[in-house]
Amino acid sequence: MSAAGTATRTQRAPVGTPPAGSLPRLLAGVSEDGGRVSVTRHFSVHGGLPLTGARRSWGRREHPPLIEETHRAGLRGRGGAAFPLARKLLAVAAARGPAVVVANGTEGEPASEKDAMLMELAPHLVLDGLVAAAEALGAREALIATCELDEDATDSMALAVEERDAAGIAPHHAPSLRVVTAPGHYVAGQETALVSYLDGGPALPTFTPPLPFERGVGRRPTLVSNVETLAHLALVARHGAGWFRALGTPASTGSTLVTLAGPVARPGVYEIALGSSLESLARAAGGTTREVRGALIGGYAGAFVPAESLRGLALSDEHLAAHGGRMGSGVVALLSSDCCPVAETARVARWMAEQSSGQCGPCVNGLDALAGEIEAVARGRATDGRLEQLSATVARRGACGHPDGVVSLVGSALEAFPSAFAHHARGGPCDRCASVPELPLPAGRVASPRSRTRRARR
Amino acid sequence: MSRRVRVNPIACEAHGMCAELLPERITLDEWGYPVVDEKPVSGEELAHAKRAAQACPTFALLLERPR
Ligand SMILES: Cc1cc2nc3c(=O)[nH]c(=O)nc-3n(C[C@H](O)[C@H](O)[C@H](O)COP(=O)(O)O)c2cc1C
Ligand code: SF4
Repeated sequence: MSAAGTATRTQRAPVGTPPAGSLPRLLAGVSEDGGRVSVTRHFSVHGGLPLTGARRSWGRREHPPLIEETHRAGLRGRGGAAFPLARKLLAVAAARGPAVVVANGTEGEPASEKDAMLMELAPHLVLDGLVAAAEALGAREALIATCELDEDATDSMALAVEERDAAGIAPHHAPSLRVVTAPGHYVAGQETALVSYLDGGPALPTFTPPLPFERGVGRRPTLVSNVETLAHLALVARHGAGWFRALGTPASTGSTLVTLAGPVARPGVYEIALGSSLESLARAAGGTTREVRGALIGGYAGAFVPAESLRGLALSDEHLAAHGGRMGSGVVALLSSDCCPVAETARVARWMAEQSSGQCGPCVNGLDALAGEIEAVARGRATDGRLEQLSATVARRGACGHPDGVVSLVGSALEAFPSAFAHHARGGPCDRCASVPELPLPAGRVASPRSRTRRARR
Repeated sequence: MSRRVRVNPIACEAHGMCAELLPERITLDEWGYPVVDEKPVSGEELAHAKRAAQACPTFALLLERPR
């Protein structure tokens, strides 16, 4: 993985408040050759993390100042659901008992590289965010969950914890920091699956309630936040809400990391202002190298957008909503006109069906049937209305959001490429069905564990 | 008092008792798993719903307080 992708590169940012409207933010201090930001460099680039003291110093009805600031900043989660961080912090703060904070760096999304890159290059920003959250919540225990398949990110986080210990910079009330590697299957990153795993159980989603904020790790109120979300929090703690909002739109504030894949000169991870255009992102990546047929935005639980809609497309939830899309995990995968969108959808839907954790009947059977029907469409054996019917049957019937992600993906494919679907349904495979697959899928490396295996009934 | 009928899909093993005892609220999908109308139930219907919940062999049918 390379940092080739940082949209703007920093020379050497001064300590103090950097210009509010400029990039990079998260990737400030990363050197031209993509070098990791060490602990000394981190604090010389970003300055110290202002800590506001233990939670006990606030009255019962007062919120810790950092939570107020996060609310004003409008910071939303970067792990997929765009949930307001301040609301989650408040929910954990209001729950009984000492809290635990968890940085979710498991990144099971095959097309996404941004969390791994952030942890590799700027691990101390993630730790700062985790420390700041722990402080606001009075948490003594802070965990960083990485993916066991990603050794570079895991090593970088572990080294960052060691660097801090060696530098002796932790204040006496700082939480203990521990790096835990989680299994690599897709649903392992779902928050209840992660909590279950951190508690010694299988990395499988659990029924809710209770949600982690009510009863999480060690049955304690638990904040589970994406590593990038926490890195932004580290900057909100330093520079405040006004600074944070100087980039982005009123509804989607700040900058965000995106993983740009597909036919561009320099695919990779870029930091962009939310609401900036897809064209400017493609330009920063050296432009497109082939004609573009459409894009999958938001990851494999996201939405396809056809080429006609890409011109002038702004990258933020409020703009993508018009196309049934959202920023999700920040994946922007361009599809070239050499590929067949029906075949691509079939491959991804099958992989997603295989990622079902096997616990819920509607998910196991429904996703298998949904993937099967797209395969049938691709072969010219479609049953009229079956895709829509299956989507309606599967939606909202799993214990976790996994089936709904697949429904979103499939529904958006039908909307974005109606003629391709109609053509296959009538006439079977096209010339491009056999061309090189474009959307990245792991080469059989991660099978989803199925605890109490429920096989799809075909 | 009203309750929302909900299924715990992890616990559910498609025995189908609930659809027999509460057909006005629960149908079965093509694999035998319940599809539930989540509008709150009350009164006599709630009594039926309670009976259905008690009859579930895996305790997968839940009556939750509306949120
Ligand atoms: C099937 C599934 C997989 C998920 N995988 C991840 C993941 O790999 N990393 C992640 O941060 N969030 C993942 N999430 C979202 C988490 O459940 C959770 O919402 C998120 O970590 C919260 O962080 P945020 O509020 O900072 O976005 C996944 C959700 C689902 C339904
Ligand atoms: S909905 Fe699917 S992925 Fe989620 S817990 Fe149920 S079986 Fe597992």
